[in-house]
Amino acid sequence: MSDSQTHSVNVAQNTQAHRGLSLDREDICLTAEGLKLFYGEDQALKGLDIRIPKNRITAFIGPSGCGKSTFLRCFNRMNDLIDAARIEGTIRLDGEDIYAKAVDVPELRRRVGMVFQKPNPFPKSIYENVAYGLRLQGVNNRRRLNEVVEKSLKRAALWDEVKDRLHENAFGLSGGQQQRLVIARAIAIDPEVLLLDEPCSALDPLATLKIEELMIELKKDYTLVIVTHNMQQAARVSDYTAFMYMGELIEYADTDTLFTSPAKKQTEDYITGRFG
Amino acid sequence: MNRWFKSGTPWIWLNAGAVAASLVMVFGLILMIAVNGLSFFWPSKVIEFEYQTEQDAEPRRIMGELQRSETMTAQAMRDAGFTVPEGQDIVVRHLIKRGNRDLDSRDFQWYLDDFMSEWDRPRDAVVLERLQWGDFFGYIREYQEDGETVAEGAEARTAFEERMPQTRELVQQIQRIERIEIGRVNFDLERLRIAQRGVERAEELSLEERGRRQEELEAEREGLDARYAELEAERNALREELARFAIVLETADGEHSTIPLSRIVNAWWPNDMSVPAKLRHYVVAFWDFMTGYPREANTEGGILPAIFGTVLMVILMSIVVTPFGVLAAIYLREYAKQGPLVRTIRISVNNLAGVPSIVFGVFGLGFFVYLIGGNIDQIFFRDALPSPTFGSPAIIWASLTLALLTLPVVIVSTEEGLTRIGASIRHGSLALGATKAETLWRLIVPLSAPAMMTGLILAVARAAGEVAPLMLVGVVKLAPTLPLDGNFPYLHLDRAFMHLGFHIFDVGFQSPNVEAGRPLVYATALVLVLLIIVLNLTAISIRNYLREKYRADSD
Repeated sequence: MSDSQTHSVNVAQNTQAHRGLSLDREDICLTAEGLKLFYGEDQALKGLDIRIPKNRITAFIGPSGCGKSTFLRCFNRMNDLIDAARIEGTIRLDGEDIYAKAVDVPELRRRVGMVFQKPNPFPKSIYENVAYGLRLQGVNNRRRLNEVVEKSLKRAALWDEVKDRLHENAFGLSGGQQQRLVIARAIAIDPEVLLLDEPCSALDPLATLKIEELMIELKKDYTLVIVTHNMQQAARVSDYTAFMYMGELIEYADTDTLFTSPAKKQTEDYITGRFG
Repeated sequence: MNRWFKSGTPWIWLNAGAVAASLVMVFGLILMIAVNGLSFFWPSKVIEFEYQTEQDAEPRRIMGELQRSETMTAQAMRDAGFTVPEGQDIVVRHLIKRGNRDLDSRDFQWYLDDFMSEWDRPRDAVVLERLQWGDFFGYIREYQEDGETVAEGAEARTAFEERMPQTRELVQQIQRIERIEIGRVNFDLERLRIAQRGVERAEELSLEERGRRQEELEAEREGLDARYAELEAERNALREELARFAIVLETADGEHSTIPLSRIVNAWWPNDMSVPAKLRHYVVAFWDFMTGYPREANTEGGILPAIFGTVLMVILMSIVVTPFGVLAAIYLREYAKQGPLVRTIRISVNNLAGVPSIVFGVFGLGFFVYLIGGNIDQIFFRDALPSPTFGSPAIIWASLTLALLTLPVVIVSTEEGLTRIGASIRHGSLALGATKAETLWRLIVPLSAPAMMTGLILAVARAAGEVAPLMLVGVVKLAPTLPLDGNFPYLHLDRAFMHLGFHIFDVGFQSPNVEAGRPLVYATALVLVLLIIVLNLTAISIRNYLREKYRADSD
């Protein structure tokens, strides 16, 4: 079977699995309550409430500049890196407020991994890229590292392609491989949540298919939150979809409902391509 | 024509021309230095001729090496006090290196071509390189042992040649005793002297205690004195052995001179040498130059102390400037809040690079030598005062001054390297749970290591060629000891040192005998240039290795 055929089968299964989903029956992993974010004087997020279910893929869609990436970055406090950003409201991970004073931010980021729009492997070997997170935690045992590197690369569906050149520079990989490497790097430290910020926008269609397939595979163990421009992608892979517009959460429902019978006019306009 | 301008071709020519001009200048300079420096060690032919000006009643016989020839106007020569034959407009003159400075102080002399006759290249003419008075040109007439003539004529030469290797060995043995063994004893004696003064001053100790310690030191001192006497006796015995042999030489104008073999460094018969023999002589002479100590106000002998001092100073400077500059750059780029203050600091750092180096020298003298060095002496080396230990120009202060001088280069390059590492890599690391410090030390600093090396390369290139500030803070004409030797603590940061750049200045412009020093200046310059190239190539190869290791998209 060719890649695309496998893919369509998997995605079809996934689409069927959507039927009968309801947030009320899910374990909730992440919640945001009244989340506001300001860049200086400008308000980028205008009081968002969301519940993100465990072991599901939740997609954020919306036109450019609607704040979906900013929203995503709130979940692992990457917005802390922007001096001018200020946050109000709460986000809870398994019931704990991640913006509480006592929170150890690096520890939080270990639990909430992130994959960026552009593949950003470190200029090191493939092996060292995956081992980086573990080494940070002080793991230097060669055998343990080998195990985790192999497991993570296998989970990221990259092992077969790179097993003979683990110690070569990661920049020798193609864009799609690099993105899977980055995913392997993120799951090597076994996070609970994986945030994906437009992970396929820099990739060609074939590489995109592989990543989508990988996401569906990964949701068995992780809670995935994905930001995407691509509505087909959201429809294909996600279980729940949130539509955002101008810093507000317009509609949030299981993917089937949102795409087939949106409750709001704005959502319908966007998904039918009337604007955005 | 207009179209030709519009096509951009003139720009290409202009740019290519600039590159070509730079290359011609650089290679021209290196070629000039190399040719002049390297040809010095080649045994040039010795010529002998008769010279009789119009005033001379008798012709004189002159022997020597032809250094160079010039064509002058007769008028200029007459103005300079030479007698030139009447009715002649152009004269040719030759500069002859006559040597024999002990017999006639004019060892370099110009001769007019018109008065020279009977050019000859005698096969048995010998050149002696001596420990004192420079070269000797003449003929070996007799070979003496214990003041008695043992061989004459051609046999004298054979006997002399047979004896020379042993003599050289004896001379080296004596030098080893003087430099290393006696040097060590002297070093220990000086240490003892200071310790004794320390005991004298130690008022907190009781008189008996002081007396006891004095006695201990005195005993140690006697031991050393005995050792010194022993070494001296050994050396004197060797010297006596050496003094037994001598040769009698005759100069071109018939004067006789007896030279003990102990004074002779090297001897050769340039008109009687095959090319391989000359080559061998060349290699030996070059090796002696590189590994020998200077003699005769630096105009002869080798430049080992200068090479050694230059390399050691550059290494010490690198050890200081790299961490200092890198840390400063990391703070400025990674931690400091970017604002007017940081901008001001950055501009100031850049401007520091434009401050004349002599200003750094003056600062180094005032701040490092007098203030810091003086205070170190007050606190730690009280017993040695009033003679300074660290409070005088020394290699450590020279290195620190140059580190200060090259600091901006390292800071600027490191900052550039840090800037080039994009946010996406930093965010990738932070998103994996790294703290800022972890990201910095595990990722950013290793990745910008090539940029730091670039800074270091520029710093080394600048420091190795710098002379002016060093004259104030540590370089001397002649250092009696190397800053690194076998006496504890081996590395003597408080010692003054010799430097190739200063050596060039000293030999070329401060020496009483400019002509004798000229080839040495070229040779020293060549060594300095080669040294800088070697240091740079080392740093560049390290950088390339690092670059390959941390190859990134952007490179």
